[in-house]
Amino acid sequence: MMTPSPALLEVKGLKAFVESTEILHGIDLGVSPHEVVAFIGPSGCGKSTFLRCLNRLHEETPGGRAEGRVSLEGQDIYAVGTDPVRIRRRIGMVFQKPNPFPSMSIFENVASGLRLNRIAKGIELEARVEAALREAALWNEVKDKLDASGMSLSGGQQQRLCIARALAVKPPVLLMDEPTSALDPVSTAKIEELVIQLKKETTILMVTHNMQQAARISDRTAFFLYGDLVEYGPTTKVFTTPSDRRTEEYITGRFG
Amino acid sequence: MQRQIDHELNKLRSVILSMGQDVEAAVEEATEGLIERDPERLKKVREYEDRINAYHLEVDELCLKLIAQQSPLAADLRMILAIIKINADLERMGDQAMNISLNVRDYLVKDPLPEAATIASMAHTVRKMVRDSMEAFVKGDLTLSEQVLLQDDVVDEAKRTTFRRLIEVMKKDGAQVEGAVDLMLVSRNLERLGDHATNIAEDVIFASTGKDIRHGGFHSGQKS
Repeated sequence: MMTPSPALLEVKGLKAFVESTEILHGIDLGVSPHEVVAFIGPSGCGKSTFLRCLNRLHEETPGGRAEGRVSLEGQDIYAVGTDPVRIRRRIGMVFQKPNPFPSMSIFENVASGLRLNRIAKGIELEARVEAALREAALWNEVKDKLDASGMSLSGGQQQRLCIARALAVKPPVLLMDEPTSALDPVSTAKIEELVIQLKKETTILMVTHNMQQAARISDRTAFFLYGDLVEYGPTTKVFTTPSDRRTEEYITGRFG
Repeated sequence: MQRQIDHELNKLRSVILSMGQDVEAAVEEATEGLIERDPERLKKVREYEDRINAYHLEVDELCLKLIAQQSPLAADLRMILAIIKINADLERMGDQAMNISLNVRDYLVKDPLPEAATIASMAHTVRKMVRDSMEAFVKGDLTLSEQVLLQDDVVDEAKRTTFRRLIEVMKKDGAQVEGAVDLMLVSRNLERLGDHATNIAEDVIFASTGKDIRHGGFHSGQKS
């Protein structure tokens, strides 16, 4: 399988298990800096598990473990002694359902990661929170109510708040697991626009069930099926002339 | 599993096939009008041309609806793109058939020229190209598409030969200039029809394989 040359993120022979069941069967894949990569495939194909292996979240699943090599900027994130929390700071994640910390204000939601990791305080903290909210295209909507609860925002705004929270610690990689599936078309369009803007700053890997979304915003698309990476290539190529018959059948709705 | 988009695409294919049949019929009437020196056959071309124009609008509308409602991808997307282009080519082919009928009408009131026989042979090849390109579309037949592409070179050469001969006629006999010009125009119309059939064959290859062989891609592929 062809992968991009010297990668920001390099995956070699990645297998994922839950108890004795093998969910991913040895994935090889590379992601270059400032790319948006979309992961598509039918439910249960392993794409979300793959994403969760990239920031060591899969091992939090009961019985979950991974084998193989995942390196970020040349460093194996599964190397013995590596702190998963440090990894998750560098590889942020946004989930399907917006999950602001319910007891925290809008400001504190974004500031929490910065405080926890002792990255900033005082005026610098405020500046970093504002910058993250601006990057997430939310600042203008919340600047006058930073003390309000994160839960007071609309679904689309809550998701952008979660993106701001992830961006605040400046991760080189941001994982997004169906980030718009719970949102209306207008909020979805805002998130998509945001993703395109954010790739100047970071690298985004996104799981989506929306083919048009993958086609609209990603540079590369990976198609997973039954725990295998079937096809990985430039999005335009995958959506117009896929190399593998199974990809063709999936994206044209013949199965899945 | 039959998808909704399959029903829509089948309908679209059926309309474009009817349009292609009318184009074939229009070209047949126009060229047979020349071969049989029959003005009545020429008159029928207008009827086909009107229907072709109506199909042209209908196909565009169906494609627009299909894109808006089905968001086609991969082979479906390539097929719709090909149909949109084939639709434009067929409409232009209808125009060329109409042009042939008008040029032949003018020619038939003048003295016959022996070069009309060369044009009849050229018309035979072009009609086969039109028929084969549509058959290739219906069947997704790549071999037939390639045969159409090869025939285009034959038609181009026939047009050059016809032009040379007609120029000789004009040089020798000033009284024949008008009739020779009419035949030159017919020859030119036929050559353009061959180009449109070639476009359709190229679109069939694109729809089936995703390979874009326009602008020399076919011949460079042949050499390698």
